Amino acid sequence: MARAWGARLIEFQSVTKAFDDGTVAVNDLDLTVEAGTITVFVGPSGCGKTTSLRMVNRMVEPTSGRVLVDGRDVRSADPASLRRGIGYVIQHAGLFPHRTVLDNVATVPLLAGWTRRRARSRAAELLEVVGLPEEVGRRYPAQLSGGQQQRVGVARALAADPPVLLMDEPFSAVDPVVREGLQDELLRLQSELDKTVLFVTHDIDEAVRVGERVAVFATGGVLAQYSEPPELLARPANDFVADFVGRDRGYRGLSFVAGAALRPDEVETVTVGAPGVVSGDEWLLALDEDRRPRGWLRPRATVAGPLSEQELEPGGSLHTLGLPLRGALDAALSSPSGRGVVVDRDGRAVGVVTAHQVLELLSTERAAADSEPEGGR
Amino acid sequence: MTLDELGRYLGSPSNREQLAEQFGQHVYLSLVPLLLGLLVAVPLGWGAQRLPSVRAVVFGGASVLYTVPSLALFVVIPGIIGTRTLDSINVVVALTLYTAALLVRSVVGALDAVPGPVTAAATAMGYRPLRRFLTVELPLAVPVLTAGVRVASVSNISLVSVGALIGTGGLGVLFTEGFRTRYLAPILVGIVLTLLLALVVDRALVLARNRLTPWTRSTPGGAR
Repeated sequence: MARAWGARLIEFQSVTKAFDDGTVAVNDLDLTVEAGTITVFVGPSGCGKTTSLRMVNRMVEPTSGRVLVDGRDVRSADPASLRRGIGYVIQHAGLFPHRTVLDNVATVPLLAGWTRRRARSRAAELLEVVGLPEEVGRRYPAQLSGGQQQRVGVARALAADPPVLLMDEPFSAVDPVVREGLQDELLRLQSELDKTVLFVTHDIDEAVRVGERVAVFATGGVLAQYSEPPELLARPANDFVADFVGRDRGYRGLSFVAGAALRPDEVETVTVGAPGVVSGDEWLLALDEDRRPRGWLRPRATVAGPLSEQELEPGGSLHTLGLPLRGALDAALSSPSGRGVVVDRDGRAVGVVTAHQVLELLSTERAAADSEPEGGR
Repeated sequence: MTLDELGRYLGSPSNREQLAEQFGQHVYLSLVPLLLGLLVAVPLGWGAQRLPSVRAVVFGGASVLYTVPSLALFVVIPGIIGTRTLDSINVVVALTLYTAALLVRSVVGALDAVPGPVTAAATAMGYRPLRRFLTVELPLAVPVLTAGVRVASVSNISLVSVGALIGTGGLGVLFTEGFRTRYLAPILVGIVLTLLLALVVDRALVLARNRLTPWTRSTPGGAR
C-alpha cells in the first residue's frame, strides 16, 4: 500500500544544540516529520534524540537553526500556549501524584479554561479510549500498575486533542509483555486518531515496531539514517546503523515480510485422551478436542492408556496464519519436530511449515519485490 | 514542693485568670510568627530552589540569623523597626525571622523532593511557573515541609518564654516570677502548659498535613 504523505508537520531546519560546557547534543539536524505518522527517534543514550524532541515544545531551545510546527517557528509562540497544543508523554508517565487519575487526564483542558465539569467528562471519555475502566478515574496514580499509569499518561496527553504528540521513552519503564501491549494500543489509537507522533526510544525493536519512519541518531547528535523500518533493517546507511540495529536485523526484517502466501502442509494428528496411541516414523501433533495444539508425540512411541499431556514434548511457538513470516520461522525453529504449527485466528491448528519452506517463500517474495518498482508499505 | 502548694496556686481564681491570659499570649506569640515565617519562607525558598545565586544568599543569611541569640534579637529589634522596647510585636518580628530562617531550608528541601518527571510533565502540559508552583509543586512539598514546620513550631513555643525576660508576656512570665519569688508551683505549671501547647500544636499540624495529602495514604498498587 503506497501512502501519500500529508502536510509536513514538524520540521527541523539546521538545528544545533550545544550546551555551555561545549558538548554538542544535536548537530545540524535537518528532518521533516510528516503529518499523521508515527516517527521514531532512536539511538544510544546521549545521542540527542530527547533533546531534539524537547525542542519541539520549547522545553529546550536550539543554539541555532529553527524548529517549525505546521510551518510556524515554535519560538514565535508563547511557550505555555504552544505546549497546551502539543501532547506530551514522559517516561514513568510523570503523573501528578496528588491528583486523581481523572483530574490528571483533565489537566490540559482545565489549563485551557474549560469548566471542571466539561474537562472531567472529557477525561472520562479518554480513559475509555485508552482502555481503562471508569472506576480507575477515582484512584490516585500510586494505586495503579506501571502499565496503567502509562495509559493514563497517554490519555492525559490526548485530552485537549492536540494534532502533535511527543512521546519520550513512554514505555521503557514497564516490563516487556506490558510494553508490547502498550505498543499495540498506540498503533490502534493512531489508526483511529491520526496524530503526528514523535516517539523517542533507545530500543530498536520498539522503533521498528511502532515507527512508520525511523530516524537513527548517532553519538554526538548526528542523524545517521532516516527511513522506513524495512529499509533500515535491509539497508543500513553505514556501520554505525548496521551495528545499532543489531546482529539479527535480518531476522527482525522478517516482521515486515507478509506471510499471506504461506501454504502450510498437512500433518498427522492425534487427540489428547485417545487410547492406545502408537506413532510411526514421524512426529505426531497432539491436539485437544477444539483442535488447539498441545504438544508433539515422539516417533516410535507407544502409549498404552489414554494419551496424556505428560507423554508429549512441549510444542514451540505458534504462527498465526496471515501474520508476517517472522512468526512462521520462529515456530519452525522452536518446534521439537522441526515443523512449526500454524493456527488460525481462533488458535486452531491448520497445518505445519518447515524453516525450509519459509526461507523458500522468502526468496520468491524477494525476487518478486525486486522486479517491481519501489513502493511504500 | 508539695502537691498542696500546687493546689493552693491553682486554686486561686486570680492565678487561674492570669494563667489563661498568659497561655493565650503564648499561643498568639508563637503561632502568629509560625504562620508569618512560613509565608516569608515559601517565596524565598522558591527563589532559592530555582536560582543557585539566590540559594547561596538565602542560606547564608538564614544561618547567620539563626546564630543570633534570641534575647539579643528581642532587644535589638525595637531599635531597627522603631517599636517600644516592651512591645510584644518585637517577639512576633523576631520569631518570624527565626521561623523563616529555619523553614527556608525545609521549603527548598521539600521542593527538591518533588519528582523531576512530575515538574517536567507539568511544564510540558503548559503550566506557567507561578501556577505550576502553587498547584503542583507546593501541594507535593507538603509532606516534607510539614516536618520543618513541626520543628519550627516547637522552637517557637519554647523561644516565646525567653520574651518574658523583656516583659512581653506569655507562659515565660511564670518562670521569671517563680524564679524571683522562689516559688516552684508557677514554674511547674509553666512547663506543663508549654509542653501541652507544643503537643497540641504538633498534633494539629499532623492532622492538617493528612487533610492536605490524601494521596499519600492510598495503598500502592504499582511500583515505587
